[in-house]
Amino acid sequence: MAMLGAINPVLMAGLNGDDSWRLKDYVARGGYEQLKRILQTGMTQEDVIGEVKKSVLRGRGGAGFPTGLKWSFMPRSFPGDKYVVCNTDEGEPGTFKDRDIMRYNPHAVIEGMIIAGFAMGANRGYNYVHGEIWEIYKRFEEALDEARAAGLLGQNILGTQFGFELFAHHGYGAYICGEETALLESIEGKKGQPRFKPPFPASFGLYGRPTTINNTETFASIPFILKMGGEEFLNLGKPNNGGTKLFSVSGHVNRPGNYEIPLGTPFSTLLEMCGGMRGGRKLKAVIPGGSSAPVMPADVIMDCTMDYDSISKGGSMLGSGAVIVMDETVCMVKALERLSFFYHEESCGQCTPCREGTAWMYKVVHRIENGQGKPEDLDLLNSVLGNIAGRTICALGDAAAFPVQSFLKHFGSEFEYHIEHKTCLVPKDVQWAGSGFHKIPA
Amino acid sequence: MLEIEIDGKKAQVPDGSTVMDAAQQLGVYIPHFCYHKKLSIAANCRMCLVQVEKAPKPLPACATPVTNGMKVFTHSDLAVKAQKGVMEFLLINHPLDCPICDQGGECQLQDMSVGYGPMQSRYTEEKHVVFHKDVGPLISMQEMSRCIHCTRCVRFGQEVAGIMELGMANRNMHSEIMTFVGRSVDSELSGNMIDLCPVGALTSKPFRYTARSWELQRRKSVSPHDSVGANLVVQVKHDNVMRVLPRENEAVNECWISDKERFSYQALNSDARLTKPMVKQGGEWREVEWNVALDYVAHGLKDIVRDHGGDAVAALAAQHATVEELFLLGKLMKGMGSGNIDFRTRQSDFGTDFKRAGAPWLGMRLAEIKDLDAALVVGSFLRKDHPLIAQRLRQAAKKWTKVSLLSVAGDDQLIKLYGSLTVAPSQLALALAAVVRAAAEAKGVAVPAGLENAAVCDESRKIAASLLEGEKRAIFLGNVATQCADATQLHALANQLGAITGATVGFLGESGNTVGAHLAWALPSQANARQMFAQPRRGYVLYGVEPELDCANPQPVMAALKQAAMVVVMSPFKSPAALEYADAILPVAPFTETSGTFVNIEGRVQSFNGVVKPRGETRPGWKVLRVLGNVLNLDGFAYTSSEQVRDEVLGAGVEFAAALDNGLNGVTIALPGAAASGLQRIADVPIHFADPLARRAPALAQTADGVAPTLRAAAATLAAIGVESGASVRVRQGHGETVLVARLDDKVPAGCVRVAAAHPTTAMLGEMFGDITVERA
Amino acid sequence: MFSADTLQKFAREVAKYPAEQKQSAVMACLAHAQEEKGWLPPEAIEAVADYLGMPPIAAYEVASFYNMYDLKPVGKYKITVCTNLPCALSGGYHAGEYLQQKLGVGYGETTADGKFTLKEGECMGACGDAPVFIVNNRSMCSHMHPEQIDKLLEECK
Repeated sequence: MAMLGAINPVLMAGLNGDDSWRLKDYVARGGYEQLKRILQTGMTQEDVIGEVKKSVLRGRGGAGFPTGLKWSFMPRSFPGDKYVVCNTDEGEPGTFKDRDIMRYNPHAVIEGMIIAGFAMGANRGYNYVHGEIWEIYKRFEEALDEARAAGLLGQNILGTQFGFELFAHHGYGAYICGEETALLESIEGKKGQPRFKPPFPASFGLYGRPTTINNTETFASIPFILKMGGEEFLNLGKPNNGGTKLFSVSGHVNRPGNYEIPLGTPFSTLLEMCGGMRGGRKLKAVIPGGSSAPVMPADVIMDCTMDYDSISKGGSMLGSGAVIVMDETVCMVKALERLSFFYHEESCGQCTPCREGTAWMYKVVHRIENGQGKPEDLDLLNSVLGNIAGRTICALGDAAAFPVQSFLKHFGSEFEYHIEHKTCLVPKDVQWAGSGFHKIPA
Repeated sequence: MLEIEIDGKKAQVPDGSTVMDAAQQLGVYIPHFCYHKKLSIAANCRMCLVQVEKAPKPLPACATPVTNGMKVFTHSDLAVKAQKGVMEFLLINHPLDCPICDQGGECQLQDMSVGYGPMQSRYTEEKHVVFHKDVGPLISMQEMSRCIHCTRCVRFGQEVAGIMELGMANRNMHSEIMTFVGRSVDSELSGNMIDLCPVGALTSKPFRYTARSWELQRRKSVSPHDSVGANLVVQVKHDNVMRVLPRENEAVNECWISDKERFSYQALNSDARLTKPMVKQGGEWREVEWNVALDYVAHGLKDIVRDHGGDAVAALAAQHATVEELFLLGKLMKGMGSGNIDFRTRQSDFGTDFKRAGAPWLGMRLAEIKDLDAALVVGSFLRKDHPLIAQRLRQAAKKWTKVSLLSVAGDDQLIKLYGSLTVAPSQLALALAAVVRAAAEAKGVAVPAGLENAAVCDESRKIAASLLEGEKRAIFLGNVATQCADATQLHALANQLGAITGATVGFLGESGNTVGAHLAWALPSQANARQMFAQPRRGYVLYGVEPELDCANPQPVMAALKQAAMVVVMSPFKSPAALEYADAILPVAPFTETSGTFVNIEGRVQSFNGVVKPRGETRPGWKVLRVLGNVLNLDGFAYTSSEQVRDEVLGAGVEFAAALDNGLNGVTIALPGAAASGLQRIADVPIHFADPLARRAPALAQTADGVAPTLRAAAATLAAIGVESGASVRVRQGHGETVLVARLDDKVPAGCVRVAAAHPTTAMLGEMFGDITVERA
Repeated sequence: MFSADTLQKFAREVAKYPAEQKQSAVMACLAHAQEEKGWLPPEAIEAVADYLGMPPIAAYEVASFYNMYDLKPVGKYKITVCTNLPCALSGGYHAGEYLQQKLGVGYGETTADGKFTLKEGECMGACGDAPVFIVNNRSMCSHMHPEQIDKLLEECK
């Protein structure tokens, strides 16, 4: 099934699992109507961008930058090739929404990208698909073939002067390619090493040409925004936080999975939709926006609503909407050790603070977890992360530093206990008890 | 212009400047590793983080564009904290093995760790170890744990050398610099990576562990190895040359030198040096005192002149001899009544003699290459003959210059070529004629007489069109164009093309003092470099030249030397060949042991001093010639310094020589006929065998460019010979023959085989661009 | 070096990019090369580089940067287990341990019969389906509880 639950779904409305992804199904749901309307009723680029601006659709990849504004940065009349690139390199631990969008509603992504191409005067697009989801990539290629056969891609789309080519590019295992300039480097056939900005992709992007990069969910939302109108989409959510959003809930809930809910829905409601805490255990902490977002203690997140502003006020980031739920049996040192390893492993190795610093942080956390911690280690970690954050070419340095900083801030006592007693604060017999195999109740 | 303030100092900088550019303009030092003015911006080391007003985070000076009114603080708490943080990171996995590191004393990491590093490390974890790599005889990558991943070496390969041989593999802290599966780094510019490496990761293999940098004295010099005249710093210890580095001169060599220039110094300290004058008496070689040797030489020459006239003696000099040496040698010959002197040892067509308007030269300054809209290079193994000119053209081609090549070999020049034609040497003039005709047709002017039959093709049209567009264009004649049998025609055709298109005509020049040799008038009034051997003389003076390797056709040369009554060799080296044909060998100084002057291809007069004492009894050549003039009782040899000689030749205080002119008077176009039916030889002069120094440097001999010549030919040619690639073939020219391995090379034109000259294994063969017989061995 | 089928796949990938940007296809071509050869020996990397007109070291940089390329031989079935935090919270560690026990090898190792290679992976973007494996970079296996693991190993003939 596409969704385990939803409130007022937009992107995932009317889907019934693996059978509804084909072009005919999408068309039956009203798909490609917006593209037709735009091309056949003489809508202008400004009209389209204006509607997107009205919706206050914020980038669904993690940074939450307003999409309409981003599109307006594109030098539309700049002669020569311009590109629209979709970021389906979904590798942020906890995030698995784009995979389901691509699996169940790929044509929404395609239509969204074509419309984006029209709005920004781009003639070519690429969708960069996470390496680990080969089957989804193949399905997307099939969907592209369907769209091409139907005259929705290529030259003279729907008999008009507008042409747009779209291809899928398959990643091969590098978290960093979710960073938009690393992604561009990767499409160019290089290592995924982020570029220093400025220049920004809007002026110097793929192959040095003006390029706009958006997340899969962002593009998929476009046809629906045009269908219902920007204002109605905005009103689904709350001011400055337009629309519904997919939340990927993982960890210690009874029913992990994707949930499409309006922005502004209370966290407690989402938790309920997920069937509550597994085994009735107590909520300890939540990482609300993918592993790079600061961790929030239970009492803080329980007071938050799921939108950019509320989560930000609570000291974290909505990010990609990946909600990692942890119960009282989790050892926060071990949890951080795994995350620190991830950032160290996925550092591209290009710039000094990230390459050296992420490895150093992992080694120290690893030592603490293994009973070799020293009293000065917590100060050391804080100092090292301070030397990484804000000093690197891309945001991976920050992404690696924030978890360490927030874990130490909110759960410092667990780390101190580890250092002092060479063992975990969570009693041995319950430690990690909630983390075994779990069958999702029907 | 933008206004910026750095640490309270104000400056105006051009639009597009970075904070680093502005800081350098203001003389404010910002620490850095990965930044290099000649390379693309990587911004990866993060050492240059500075505080910028209103920016929440420190920004890298190298990559941050200046905005108007920007205020930058390089020493604020925020900036210094960021810089120190980066330094700590750079040092945590660095081995800190300075006492045993070759870079010690000249290491940027070492220097900066003094300023920005902590007294004690907070890093107590295990250090990361990187395995050593073997990348060939020149660069040592023995201690790669020292690498700080600045990627300067990688970018140099991609951007300057034009070939990516080093890369940074893997990711995260496991990133490491390497070649593809342990291959060697073969670029002819590779040694520059050693200079670029800010730490001791890439060091010089030949120099390793021979001296500490603070023991070395730095002396200025000028490279004799190619026509650019690269400026050098020669580092010496106890009167030995220990190392050669580039001396930055943006107008000449920028900050680069070729590997030949960097590593040839090995020859200076080799056992092959001649350290005492030697004379052959009764078939036995004996070391003698200078006065004995000079008397012997003077008497021998005087006797020949007395008995047979001045025309019975001839002198052949190297093009890398100094202006002073060449001038005095010419004066000596003239004094003896001989007009037989030449330095154009590889030339076979002397048809422009007495018709040239001046000394052949580049036709422009080297620094102007970057401004060209189009350039056509005719007859050149460009990359290997002129590594730094090729480098300039490579950079130009990356911007807008349309660089075309019309030559006899399809070697990859690592330059984005606009047009390219590869033809047999015998067809080179026809191919250039086609471009001339195409240019005339495109411009709508009359096709010059004699070119009616030139067959214009699409490529020649395209090249011609490129030379008609834009402001600045040039036609450059390379070494093949100078050395092949149609040199005169090629020169005349180039001049015609220049006249039609408005392009400047220039020569790339064979050696370090080719222009100077012309200006020193080391040119024949009678027999030229070919004639003086074709009609054997009784006496020869060979100055710095090794005719068995340096001549267009060594066969008649060696025969003439064999029959001569007296052969005087002046050379820094005692070569086995010279011991065969010479009667006296006089040890004259290489460029490091004498003062002198080279005039480079753009006409730049570059004088230099000796950097070490002459080895043994070696004496500066100009002094030897002066004394010899005196011993011969010739007038006008009373010079007291090399500067006096130079000023007489070039005028005093001259930066650029006068009398440079590529014009020709009285040459008519007569295109060669159809190609001969037999096989033709194409002979390149391999870069590391091009002169007596390079060919005696062991490290250079071990490079990919140092391998012994093979016979290279296209598949059809090999099939016609009846061999496959890898088979042995017997190669014959004149009365010389040898056995070589045949190799498939589809870039060799049909009807041709490529067999390099200047190498002992092919020295017995004949004309560089002549008929050749090849059969299965 | 490569089969006609693989070369056809190469051509299809190259066609996705502008003519002067052939290098863009390097990731896909390396993946197809690996599919044919089982891993990426240096000769295969060089052949791909030659095919695309790029320096071999540039292709090697790519092959060594991305996790899913195998620069050393692997077993017939390469099983990659996600052990990242979200998966670990729902049996990721347990599944990995169970697999190690069943196969008798640790992460990064290959069974003696050359059939299985076990690898520890990073986030595969399927955290809701934990534990998740990927077999031979291609097929994703969700909810890998012991009975599913047994079934998978059974199916890997």
